[in-house]
Amino acid sequence: MLDAHLPHSAVIDRRVQESPGIFSLRLQYVDTNVQDVFEFQPGQFNMLSLFGVGEVPISIVSDPDDSHFFDHTIRVAGRVTEALSRLQPGDRVGIRGPFGRGWPMAQAEGQDVVVVTGGLGCAPLVSVIRYLLRRRDRFGDIHILQGVKNEDDLIWRRQYELWSREQGVNVQLAADMPGKEWPWQQGLVTELINTLDLNLEKTISMLCGPELMMLAAIAQLRDLKLDDQRIWLSMERNMQCGFGQCGHCQVGPKFVCKDGPVFCYSEVADFLGAKGF
Amino acid sequence: MPTQHIAPRRPGFMERERLQDLLDALRLLGYRTLGPVVDEDTIQWREVDAIDALPAGVQARQGAGEYRLEVQPDDRLFAWNHGPQAIKPLLFSAEERLWRERLMVDGQIEIKQTLPEVEPTAIFGVRACDLAALALQDRHFLSPQHPDPHYKIRREALFLIGIDCAFSAATCFCTSTGDGPSLGEGFDIGMAELDNGYLFWGGSAKGSEIIDRLSLKPATEAQLNNMIQGTDRAAAQQHRFLPGETELKQLYEKLNHEHWDEIGERCLSCGNCTAVCPTCFCYSTGYQRTLDGRSAEMKRQWDSCFSPTHSSMGHFMVRGETTLRYRQWLTHKLAGWQEQFGRSGCVGCGRCITWCPVGIDLTQAVAALLDGGLADA
Repeated sequence: MLDAHLPHSAVIDRRVQESPGIFSLRLQYVDTNVQDVFEFQPGQFNMLSLFGVGEVPISIVSDPDDSHFFDHTIRVAGRVTEALSRLQPGDRVGIRGPFGRGWPMAQAEGQDVVVVTGGLGCAPLVSVIRYLLRRRDRFGDIHILQGVKNEDDLIWRRQYELWSREQGVNVQLAADMPGKEWPWQQGLVTELINTLDLNLEKTISMLCGPELMMLAAIAQLRDLKLDDQRIWLSMERNMQCGFGQCGHCQVGPKFVCKDGPVFCYSEVADFLGAKGF
Repeated sequence: MPTQHIAPRRPGFMERERLQDLLDALRLLGYRTLGPVVDEDTIQWREVDAIDALPAGVQARQGAGEYRLEVQPDDRLFAWNHGPQAIKPLLFSAEERLWRERLMVDGQIEIKQTLPEVEPTAIFGVRACDLAALALQDRHFLSPQHPDPHYKIRREALFLIGIDCAFSAATCFCTSTGDGPSLGEGFDIGMAELDNGYLFWGGSAKGSEIIDRLSLKPATEAQLNNMIQGTDRAAAQQHRFLPGETELKQLYEKLNHEHWDEIGERCLSCGNCTAVCPTCFCYSTGYQRTLDGRSAEMKRQWDSCFSPTHSSMGHFMVRGETTLRYRQWLTHKLAGWQEQFGRSGCVGCGRCITWCPVGIDLTQAVAALLDGGLADA
């Protein structure tokens, strides 16, 4: 009997320290039968557990076509992620997943894509950027707008620079408190949205970050007359089961873990930013 | 669990003294038989092998924050109206282990699913509201995408003897939710308690087979009328109600109503309402390691949207205040459920009213919140 509660062992193939508090793990299921049927979409997540410590939900950042491995980028935020950060290649974790609904990649085909992120490197959207660039001919222009508080918060800085050199890719970064070496804007990521000249008929936007930042970004995009159906965002709530059973992650009638974590703005508009949801 | 339905037949009559025959028939078939028993001054589901253990003449007087058993000079065994728990705890266990993992000598980790051991269980005297709640829990825990194996294994072992309610408690309002007082569906054997005996009818093929073995006489017109009198009386005794589902959806438009604060000031955030609610399904998972560090297990335990950690995001709580927690519970139960499960999550049992230590009454709360919006009030 299939049991979504039950983790399967996966082994760490590679570990990369992305920044002082952020690391990536490349994983492979120990059981090849499990690895063979493991399929996911950008924006979906796994529950990662560590023997003797506990379990946390983490977004998948690798490309869905990489069938042998899958990657997680993890920020040290608590007891479990702290323990995960000490693991090395060869160590094992438990994996349940993938769970949730990912980004609307099919709907995005042929469209210009505006990717807006705030806060620390937003893993759910990095997977989207990589997905788009790897299938460059299937998408229009790509706008990558990323906001950080301090210059040092930006991980994958080199990658942003590489992305900006690709044709049809517009990378704009804003730091609240930039240092001297910061070649991009000072200010908030939402201010970058106003600089865009959007083709409203063929643009889709994808947002990830703190809810207040996303609300501000949504307000700007709507000011530019982008249709609500073209605004998508990834949400975060207390998630324990991962498949809409334990009840913690509910926002109004939505289970974030099952109906989301990626939502079309119109689906959650009534509750986004409302106190208590 | 979809019970196999059969065409309704004329119920059969059984004298009160013969009720033991049904109990014996079930036990002979290997069922553990649970029935209503007075325990800790309430009606509880307990193992019953003789009908003497059933609560003769016992009625449960219920009100907001009130539950008292009273004995009437009457030999009815099912005059009481439900105890604190429906059958939820028998399927969705208050605490259980989901899996266990073990560190092997070679350093590998072995992860094992842990399923409950169950025996076929027949429950005697399940009310219509509790069957309606069970159907909702089935929808949640037996979703086609992720059927819960722990729930499923217990559910499949269950045999249900439902009973029409011939009396209502003051807290009952199942007529307004459409879930009682007569049995709808989802039982194996249906039953009604008359002034001088019982009527039985099959609800599933399995149930009909057992009824056939009892060789009951077909019910007379007078006995059928007596059955209908009972449910009519129970319906007439209800004076609380909830408005229809369309109106309940409007609760989401009342998020800033001042009445939430009035309730928030009274509510103790104790979670009694969610513990006794037959449809509440929230649970938290807890990971525990044994002292020797060589094995660990994942457990789940009933949680409540009234608990402080329910909405915790680590660095902040989405619902830190009691007012917001009560609002979450009520809006989810009555409005959110409709989108999630196709109907409201309330079956009109009234347990949340009875077992609230400060007597908060959800029907009154809804009336206050939707004031002016109750066309049928």
